[in-house]
Amino acid sequence: MAEFKPAGSMYEWFDQRLGIDKFLKVMMTEYWIPKNINFLWAMGVLLTVMFTILLISGIFLLMYYKPDMNMAFDSVNYTIMQEVGYGWLFRHIHAVGASVVFLIIYIHMFTGIYYGSYKKGRELIWISGMLLFVLFSAEGFSGYMLPWGQMSYWAAYVITEIFGGIPVIGGDLVVWIRGNFYVSDSTLTRFFMLHVLLIPLAILGAIVVHFYALRFPHVNNEEGEFFDFDKEADKYLAGDKKGSKVVPFWPVFLSKDFFVLGFFLLFFFYLVFFHYDFAMDPVNFDKADNLKTPAHIYPEWYFLWSYEVLRGFFFDIAGISGKSLGLMAFAFANAIFLVLPWLDRSPMVKPANQRPYFKYWFWFLMVDLMVLTVYGKLPPTGANAWVGFASSITFLTLFIALPFITKAEAKKVGGK
Amino acid sequence: MKDESRRGFIGKAFGAVAAVGGVASLLAMKKTWDPLPSVMSAGFTTVDVSALEANKLDIVVWRGKPIFILKYTDDMKPTDGRSVKVGDHYYSVMIGLCTHLGCIPAYRADQKDFKCACHGGEFTSAGINKFGPPPRPLDLPPFKIDGTTLVLGEEGPEYKAMMAKAGGA
Repeated sequence: MAEFKPAGSMYEWFDQRLGIDKFLKVMMTEYWIPKNINFLWAMGVLLTVMFTILLISGIFLLMYYKPDMNMAFDSVNYTIMQEVGYGWLFRHIHAVGASVVFLIIYIHMFTGIYYGSYKKGRELIWISGMLLFVLFSAEGFSGYMLPWGQMSYWAAYVITEIFGGIPVIGGDLVVWIRGNFYVSDSTLTRFFMLHVLLIPLAILGAIVVHFYALRFPHVNNEEGEFFDFDKEADKYLAGDKKGSKVVPFWPVFLSKDFFVLGFFLLFFFYLVFFHYDFAMDPVNFDKADNLKTPAHIYPEWYFLWSYEVLRGFFFDIAGISGKSLGLMAFAFANAIFLVLPWLDRSPMVKPANQRPYFKYWFWFLMVDLMVLTVYGKLPPTGANAWVGFASSITFLTLFIALPFITKAEAKKVGGK
Repeated sequence: MKDESRRGFIGKAFGAVAAVGGVASLLAMKKTWDPLPSVMSAGFTTVDVSALEANKLDIVVWRGKPIFILKYTDDMKPTDGRSVKVGDHYYSVMIGLCTHLGCIPAYRADQKDFKCACHGGEFTSAGINKFGPPPRPLDLPPFKIDGTTLVLGEEGPEYKAMMAKAGGA
């Protein structure tokens, strides 16, 4: 047994048993973050806070929500919204939070792409981040089903139907996922389980991996500069805080993050109190009816771009049906970001504006994603369908062209 | 050396037991997600069509979808590949969802056709699209004829013949 001296204080007593001093050093006061960063580096902390807010508001909703096809709609729209004290607040926080969390995820993701923070040792940060994106998408989809309104029901119908496009097993797979031949009570209860337990657990695990993956390659900086973190840390600890290129995570980095967080939360609660309606589709205030399809079915804004890729192919090409082509394009669009570190063949870790070819690629992608998002909401008729087709093709082409573009860039800059 | 091989054996034995247990639990989990027996049996709807009134639409629900069953009057001509003969009478048996955007068309007995209120699509009494945006005739549910009863959800020879015809056309 290890030798214990009598503790002189309560703090020391705990420190002897839990190693608090050492733990805080490793996790906080001697976890080094580059100095040369901007407000975009605060998105990770914003997301952690948003996840916590969603978890807490979700716990309160869980106390009154009933996962039963006959009771779900009223438990949300009557019990929680009208009877439970501040139930409306928790619902609006949860619904607006789900939407805003995707806004921050996208900013976080495109910051990573812009600054090249996904390569040269940072591949696992990127991959665990994309895994989190997939998990959050599944969490958003399963949660959207729970109020059991018309849009809940038909979004669930359309999305589960997508699996029917998989060859051979498709039809049986859809029935297996739903637990019935159509979206019904069994579908609701199993997605309820996924939403409140399994996916949140997986998200917590993935967050731990994501944070841990940062420890060795370290956080990137505005110039993509690689330097010796140990040397810079020693400089900081020796008192040369000005000359050192790093700051400790706590209190220096986090205090700046909290400043950004303050602004963000003002914006967030402004939406919750005054503009919650954008996250509350009017169609979803009609109870789910399996015999009545709404005229237009569309997902929430954050899924629109991939939804548009799915339906962008509305005619057959070379004997392959438009439906299958759309499915293949959809699968491609959702998987391709995962392998981005290997599609970018240029060794340059620099912000996009300093990269001769990549900058065009990046801004093209941004514009294309915006076009896809806008047209994903519009009914796919006439010219809209053609814009959808062209922007879907553009999306695919951009990713297929990326290795060639970055290879040419590597040649031009001479492997720098 | 001897210790090493014994430890190796224990490791392999444990791995084998764990693999069997793992596969068994995956199977159990897959089974838990399967549709329940009650759901599977509810996937087959049986309708006695002999008692139906001619030229009056009967709607039954099968797997969450409305199924149109229309008994023909004597002056209504059967449509090849779409009308079903049960006993002495012809019937239309179709999934009652408009092939445009899934609304439920209404039957107009005086004109003996279907009209969809959503976007104005029209179908004949046999479900063939004759006007408006619907891209194809109403879909047919798998069925089997058993005397004067219709079993929805099972593929009988009449259904297979109709499908072969539709596929060949």
